[in-house]
Amino acid sequence: MLAETQPRRLESAPGVANLAVGSFVSSVPELMEWGLRGSALPRRRALTLRLGSVLVFLGLWCLVSGLVVLLELFNPIFLPGPWMVIGAVIELGAKGQLWVHIASTLERVAVGFGTGAVLALGLGLPAGYFRAVRNLVEPVVELLRPIPPLAVLPLFIVWVGIGEGSKIGFITYATFFPMFLTTVHAVRQIDPLLLRAAQSLGARPTQLFRRVILPAALPEILTGVRLGVALSFFVIVISEFIGAEHGLGFLINDGRNFFLVPQMLGAAIVLGLLGWSGNEALRLLERRLLRWQHPG
Amino acid sequence: MIPGPAKIHIQRVSKAFAVDGRQAPALVDIELEVAEREFLCILGPSGCGKSTLLNIVAGFVQPTGGTVLVDGQPIAGPGADRGVVFQEYVLFPWLTVAGNVEFGLALKGVPSAERRRTVTRYLDLVGLGGHAAKFPVQLSGGMKQRVAIARALANSPAIILMDEPFGALDAQTREVLQDELSRIQRVEHKTIVFVTHSIREAVYLADRVVVMTSAPGRIKQVFPIKLPEIRDRFAPDFTQYESEITRVVKEEVAKVHE
Repeated sequence: MLAETQPRRLESAPGVANLAVGSFVSSVPELMEWGLRGSALPRRRALTLRLGSVLVFLGLWCLVSGLVVLLELFNPIFLPGPWMVIGAVIELGAKGQLWVHIASTLERVAVGFGTGAVLALGLGLPAGYFRAVRNLVEPVVELLRPIPPLAVLPLFIVWVGIGEGSKIGFITYATFFPMFLTTVHAVRQIDPLLLRAAQSLGARPTQLFRRVILPAALPEILTGVRLGVALSFFVIVISEFIGAEHGLGFLINDGRNFFLVPQMLGAAIVLGLLGWSGNEALRLLERRLLRWQHPG
Repeated sequence: MIPGPAKIHIQRVSKAFAVDGRQAPALVDIELEVAEREFLCILGPSGCGKSTLLNIVAGFVQPTGGTVLVDGQPIAGPGADRGVVFQEYVLFPWLTVAGNVEFGLALKGVPSAERRRTVTRYLDLVGLGGHAAKFPVQLSGGMKQRVAIARALANSPAIILMDEPFGALDAQTREVLQDELSRIQRVEHKTIVFVTHSIREAVYLADRVVVMTSAPGRIKQVFPIKLPEIRDRFAPDFTQYESEITRVVKEEVAKVHE
């Protein structure tokens, strides 16, 4: 039986998480559709508008950086045009460096986020289901959660050194909290009648877990996972500013040291693209796994 | 009155709930036997504990006193021998109609070919033959409840407990499903305990109607319904039963409003 059936609202994640969610998880059109449920635009028209908005943005960027060069407003090195940024990215790619940086960032994200997800689900599922486990785990989580993860990064470096351990551990630490909390909430909000229905069809506890609790909690767990991925990209950059020799965060910091603004912007854009792709991939997975919510 | 040995024996069952630190009685000394293949309806004003009684028989709720025997054995929690149909349907939304109906069989490890046969049989029985691949969100309330009934039947329990199963449906759908349930019972011969607050529904479906008092719930009166298997809601003896039971129920409803 579900220990406690009263649904409780999930408190908002700490500031860092909110910022990260704002930049990755909910796109502006998504937020707008939330508010104004007007008739949807035809697909082609919507696509044209979206493409147009990107082109207008790039155009404005070209215009401004071009004017800076022409009118000599300030040293154009501060605001390179998109062509210079793309050029820098292509150059880094051609020299083979870019891939090394991308790979090491992705590896840290994958290992750090993966560990965070395993821990969050491994603790969150039982904590959501068993009141005793929840009472054991939740106070510690509530105690640590309000501390912005960035505040403990230096501690991680002191403890595990400046190498991979602190970077990966930092991602694990930062992503654990939102994923743990959404998992606990996901299990607690399961309709107890679903459990009763399964029990009166003969479900034993392990069957109940696999066939009812997991699928019933899955939608919210996946939301937490997307949050975790977004947060990973958010915090990896900072940990790569400190004592890293590879990674996109290192590229940005390296660009700052040598005044390579195109490289800084290029690495930032690559990070954005990676985060976006991660989110899109998860949304695709979500659409597949949760087809039952919008079938046909 | 009861042919053969009791399938379900509700033995001096009482239930009290803690309200503000005090024990408020919800059910007092319920003594009731349900015969094998009997269709028993429990009627009563809202809050009389009839759903609590059903939940106790289902094994979801522990009685404060007394026991429930099924085939002479005390029940230990919910089990596949007692299928439940809820007012809120409670389908598994992530499973298709077929997935819902075969849920109990899958738990038992029944091979898929056999499961498929059972699913087809029971979906046809409830008139949803062409809807096996749909998901619950695509169904109307009436269709969902048909799936829930098929799901309970497919698991072949001896007993089916129904908690106001048609309470959330519109009047037309309600009568259609009453007809269907009556027809299904003529094929399946389950032992059914059916909680309702509709007197017409009870008289239409039941072999016996148990009327409960207002809270705390006791058994007020038991009406054996001696009507033909296929019933006519407008037959004189049908309306006779209806008005007789209505009079008894009204006494209790009046008490609630005093």
